[in-house]
Amino acid sequence: MFYMLKGDRGGQALLLLLSIAVVLVPVLNLVVPEGHALHVSTFTVTLLGKYLAFALLAVAVDLVWGYMGILSLGHGAFFALGGYAMGMYLMLQIGDRGVYGNPDLPDFMVFLNWQEVPWFWQGFDNFWFAMIMVALVPGLLAFVFGALAFRSRVTGVYLSIMTQALTYALMLAFFRNEMGFGGNNGLTDFKDILGFSLQSDSTRVALFIASAAALALGYLACRAIVVSRLGKVVVAIRDTEDRVRFIGYRVDHIKLAIFTFSAVLAGIAGALYVPQVGIINPGEFSPLRSIELVVWVAIGGRATLYGAVLGAFIVNYSKTYLTGAAPEVWLFALGALFVLVTLYLPNGLAGLSKKKEAAA
Amino acid sequence: MLSFVTKNRFLPVWLLGLCLLPALASATPPVGSDAFAQAVERLQVKSYKEREAAVAALISSQDERVKPVLEAMLNARLFYTKKDKITVIGIKTKDGFSITGVLDQKSLGNASKSQLKKIKVNNKLRRILRAGIAALTLSDPAPEVRLSAVKQMYGKLGNAGIQILTTHFETETDSKVREEIQTLLHIHDLSSDDRNTVLKAVAALSKSLHPEVRNKLELLKDSTDQEISAASGDALKHIQEQLAFYAKVKTAFFGLSLGSVLVLAAIGLAITFGVMGVINMAHGELIMLGAYTTYVIQQLMPQYIGMSLLVAIPAAFLVSGAVGILIERLVIRHLYGRPLETLLATFGISLILQQTVRTIFSPLNRSVETPQWMSGFLEINPALSLTYNRLYIILFCLLVFAVLFLVIKKTSLGLSVRAVSQNRAMARAMGIRASRVDALTFGLGSGIAGIAGVALSQITNVGPNMGQDYIIDSFMVVVFGGVGNLWGTLIGGFSLGIANKFMEPWAGAVLAKILVLVFIILFIQKRPRGLFPQKGRVN
Amino acid sequence: MSALAKIRETFRRDQVFDFVNKQDYSRVDTSHGQILYVEDVSVSFDGFKAINELNFYIEVGELRCMIGPNGAGKTTMMDIITGKTRPDQGSVWFGQNINLLKMTEPEIAQAGVGRKFQKPTVFEHHDIFENLEMAMAGNKGVWSTFRARLSSEQHDQIASVMEIIGLSDCAKQRAGALSHGQKQWLEIGMLLMQNPKLLLVDEPVAGMTHQEMDKTGELLTSLAGEHSVVVVEHDMDFVRSIAKKVSVLHQGSILAEGSMDEVQNNQRVIEVYLGE
Repeated sequence: MFYMLKGDRGGQALLLLLSIAVVLVPVLNLVVPEGHALHVSTFTVTLLGKYLAFALLAVAVDLVWGYMGILSLGHGAFFALGGYAMGMYLMLQIGDRGVYGNPDLPDFMVFLNWQEVPWFWQGFDNFWFAMIMVALVPGLLAFVFGALAFRSRVTGVYLSIMTQALTYALMLAFFRNEMGFGGNNGLTDFKDILGFSLQSDSTRVALFIASAAALALGYLACRAIVVSRLGKVVVAIRDTEDRVRFIGYRVDHIKLAIFTFSAVLAGIAGALYVPQVGIINPGEFSPLRSIELVVWVAIGGRATLYGAVLGAFIVNYSKTYLTGAAPEVWLFALGALFVLVTLYLPNGLAGLSKKKEAAA
Repeated sequence: MLSFVTKNRFLPVWLLGLCLLPALASATPPVGSDAFAQAVERLQVKSYKEREAAVAALISSQDERVKPVLEAMLNARLFYTKKDKITVIGIKTKDGFSITGVLDQKSLGNASKSQLKKIKVNNKLRRILRAGIAALTLSDPAPEVRLSAVKQMYGKLGNAGIQILTTHFETETDSKVREEIQTLLHIHDLSSDDRNTVLKAVAALSKSLHPEVRNKLELLKDSTDQEISAASGDALKHIQEQLAFYAKVKTAFFGLSLGSVLVLAAIGLAITFGVMGVINMAHGELIMLGAYTTYVIQQLMPQYIGMSLLVAIPAAFLVSGAVGILIERLVIRHLYGRPLETLLATFGISLILQQTVRTIFSPLNRSVETPQWMSGFLEINPALSLTYNRLYIILFCLLVFAVLFLVIKKTSLGLSVRAVSQNRAMARAMGIRASRVDALTFGLGSGIAGIAGVALSQITNVGPNMGQDYIIDSFMVVVFGGVGNLWGTLIGGFSLGIANKFMEPWAGAVLAKILVLVFIILFIQKRPRGLFPQKGRVN
Repeated sequence: MSALAKIRETFRRDQVFDFVNKQDYSRVDTSHGQILYVEDVSVSFDGFKAINELNFYIEVGELRCMIGPNGAGKTTMMDIITGKTRPDQGSVWFGQNINLLKMTEPEIAQAGVGRKFQKPTVFEHHDIFENLEMAMAGNKGVWSTFRARLSSEQHDQIASVMEIIGLSDCAKQRAGALSHGQKQWLEIGMLLMQNPKLLLVDEPVAGMTHQEMDKTGELLTSLAGEHSVVVVEHDMDFVRSIAKKVSVLHQGSILAEGSMDEVQNNQRVIEVYLGE
C-alpha cells in the first residue's frame, strides 16, 4: 500500500513518528495526570498541532519549489484563504455568545452596522460546506492565477514577484473593513467546532490528531506524485522546461495541476491552523510570512519532502523559543538563516545527511 | 525717533483716518510718536464715540506700535491700570494678568483683575478695528503680506474696507495684489443695487475661481432679473468647467508626484535587477538607510535644516552604496546565475538591516524635518495650488534619472556595465574586470536607493519598516516598464502613479492600489517582458 | 492577429471552422509522398530577416542534410517547425493534413515531430532509463502520466533503444554524468522513444570523436527509411558520409539543393562559402 515510501527513509521515519505521536500525545495529555513528569500540557499539544499544520504547508511549498522549481512567494495567501474559510465557519458557530449577543451576525458586522450576513458568508454555517471551501477557494485562486501565468510562460523570478504581488494585494484587500472579513482584527473569539468547545483538552487533542493525519496523508499524496512518472516529469520541468515541451508534455497543464494541488494542501493546513491558534487576520497574507515559509523548506532541504517537515519544525521551534527568550534576536537569526542556508547549505539539512550516506 | 516711511502706501491709512472722522478732518492730526501717545491716552475715555475718534487718531499716527494695540483691543486684551491710568496689553495668566505697557513696550509684571480696567469695544468699533488692521497690513512693504491681507478681507468687507481697498488699488504696484483686490471689489459689486454694476461684475468674475464668487453667483442665478440670472448661470458654468479642469490637473500632479516616488524607489532596482539581473530584496532597506542617513545628519546639524538635506544626498548615496557593495561582495557574488537563491539571501539581509536599525534607533518612526524652502505651496490660482515638497520631488526624480542615464550612456563605467550585462565572458576577454564592474554597478544602484531614501524622508515616515512598503511597488514598476530599460522604468513609474491617483477618487486609496497590482499581474501575463522589452535575439 | 483580421478569418467562406474540422494529430496523411511542406516562410527579429521566403519539402523516409554558414537560419528553421517560433508569413504542413503553425510545441511533438537540440539537452538529474521512459510515446496528459506504470513490452522497448544508442550498461547512471557524445546519443534515443515520423537533428556530432561520429552516422542512416530525418550539421566530412540529398541554407533561404557533389560544384555555393 505504501509503495511510495519505498526507499524513502526520511518518510518512513516521519510516518512512524506521526503514528507514535498520535497514540502517545493523547495518552500523556488526557490520561497522565497534571503534575506528573510525563504529562504533556494542552499548551504543548496545541503548539505541536500548529507545527504539524506548518509542516503540511512546508510540504506543499516543497512540491512546487523543490520539485517543480517555482519559487512561490504567495503560498501564505493560500494558507490564509483556507484559514479564513475555516474562520468563517467558526465565526458563525459563536451565535449569540458574542460581545453584542447578536444571534445572526458576527460581532464585527454588528460593529459595522450591517443588517445581514453578506452573500459570500452564506453556507459557511455548515461545516462540510466550509470544508469544501477550504480546498476550493485556494485551489480556484491558484488555478486562475496559474492558468494565466503558466500559459504565457511567466517563469523564474518574475513569477516569484508576481506571486508576492498577489499575496500583497490580498493583504491590502483583507485589511479593508468593507471586504467583510473583519478587517484589521480578522476573525477571532471562536467558541466551538462541530459542537465541541475549542477550549477543552479533548478538542485540542482531536485537532492535534487531525493535523497529524492531514500531514501524513498530504505527505503520502505528494510522495505518490513524486515517485510517479509525473513526478519525474515535474523535476524535468524544473531542470529543462523546453525539452519537456519538445517530447510532448503540456508543461503548462502539469504546472497548473501541481500548483493547484499544492495550493489546496496549503489551504487545508490553514484550516487546521486557525482553530488551534484561535485567530486568523490579514497579517497571514503579509509577504514576509510567505517568504518565511520558503526558508523552512530551504533549511530542511528542498526536493526532499521529509526535509520540508524537518525544516518547518526546526524553524518554528526556534521562533517560539527565541521570540520568547530574546525577541530582538529573532529577526537577526532568521535573516542570518536565509543568508547562510543559501550560501553554505543549498541542499539543506537533508542534503547533509545524504552526503554522509554517500560518503559512508 | 520713528523713521518715517513716506511711501505712497501709507496714504490710505492716513485717508482712513479722514473718512472715519470727518469731524477731525479739518484739523490735520499730529503725526508721530507724540500723536501715538496722545491717541493711546484718549482710548481710555468712556464714550464709544470718543473712542472711535481715538482709534482713528491712533491709526493716523502711523506709528509702528499701532497694530499690536489694535489687535489687542479687538481681542479684548487692552486695559489700563486703575491707579496710574497706564494703557497696557494684558495676557491672562493663572492668577490675573501679565501686563506690558503700550507706550514703552516694557513688561510691568503681574496685575490682578481688580487692578485693571478693560477698554471695551462694541460691534461698530470692532469693524473699524478690523478694517484698520487690514489697512495697516496693506501698507506692509512685502507684497506677499499685502496679498494675504487682501485675502483675509474676503467676506468681511464693510463699506470702510471697500473704501480702503479702492484707494489702495490706485497705488498698488504688485500685479497679483491688484488682481486680488479687483476680484474682491467685483464680488462686492455683485451685491450692488445697480443692475449694470452687477452685470459688469458677473462678466468680470466669470473667470474667477474664488469660492466666494460661486456662492454669490448661485444666489444671483435665482435672481428675478432674467438677464442677471442668465449671465450668472453662464458664468457659473464656465467656472465649473474650469474647476473640473484644474481638479484633473491637480490629480495629474499628485499622480506625477506619486510616480516620481515610485521611479525614485525603482530606479536603483532598474540598475541592479534590470542591468545585472540580480534580485535584491534588500533594496527597500537601502532606501531606508538613506532616509535614516538624512535623519542622522539633521541631528548632527540641527541649526542648518535647509543645508542638511543637501548634505544628506551625497551622504546617503555613500552609505547605501557602501552597504550595497558590501552585500555584493559578501553574498551576491557567490550566487550569480542562481536568481532564486539571490532573492532569498537578500531577503535575509533585508531582515538583518531592519532589525539593526530597529536596535539602534528604536522601532518607532523618526521624524525628519522639512526645511523651510520645501514647505508651503505654490498657488497657481484659487483652485490649484501645488505643494513645494511634491514639486521638488518631481524635479529631483527627473534630475536623478537624467544623471543616471548619462552615467550609463556616457561614462566608461556605464560602458563597462552595459558590456558586462550583455556578455560577461566577452567583456572579460576584452579586459574588463567583471567582478569590479559588478561591485560598482551594484553600489551605484544601491546608492541611488539611498538618494531615494532622502527624498522619501520628506514625504513619509522614516521607520524600520519603510523599506518593505516600497519593495513590491519598485519591482512592479521595473517589471511593468520592462527589465533592463531605464526609460521603461521612468514611464512605467509615472503611468502607474497617475493611474493610481486617477482611480483613487472613485475607488479609494487601498482599492486603487489593489487594482493597480491586479492590473500589473494581468499585464505581465500578456506581455511577460514589460512595456518596453529589451531588444535582442530571442533565446 | 488584429481583431479585424480575426473576424475576417471567422467569416471566410472557403473554410469551415476549426472546431468542425478538428485536426487528427495521430494520423499524418503522407499519401503524396511528402512528410513536410515548408512554403514561403519568413520571420524577422527586430528587423533582421532570419528566414526569408524559405521553401523546401521532405519526402517520406528521406535523410536530408542541411548545411549553411553561421546565421543562415538553420536553428530558426527548426524552431519554426517545432512551434517554438511563429513565422511572420508562410505555411508549414506536416503531411497533407496537419498545419503545424496552429499547434503548440507539445502538440507538434505528439503529432510525430522529434527534435534534438544543438546543445545536448537531457534531464541531468534523472538516470538514463528515466530519461527514455519520460520520452516514451503514449498519452502524456497529467492524470495518465501520474497513473503510468511500465508494462514489460515498454521495458523491452526502452532496453532495445538503450542497446541502439550503446548505453545499455549504464541504465541507472545519472544523465548529468555522461560524456558529451553520450548525451548526444541519449538525446537521439529519447527521440526514438517518441517514435516520431520526422526527426530534426541539430548538430548531432558536435564534440564527438571520429569513432563516435561514424557510429552516429550509421545510426542516422539506419533510421532513415522508417523515419524521415533532417540533419543540420557543420562538419562536411560527416555530411558527405551520410548524405544523399543536401540543402544549402543562406541568409534564410535555400541557396542550392542536390547531391553533395552537385552542391559542392554549385557556383553560388562556392561564392558564399569561399567569398567572392
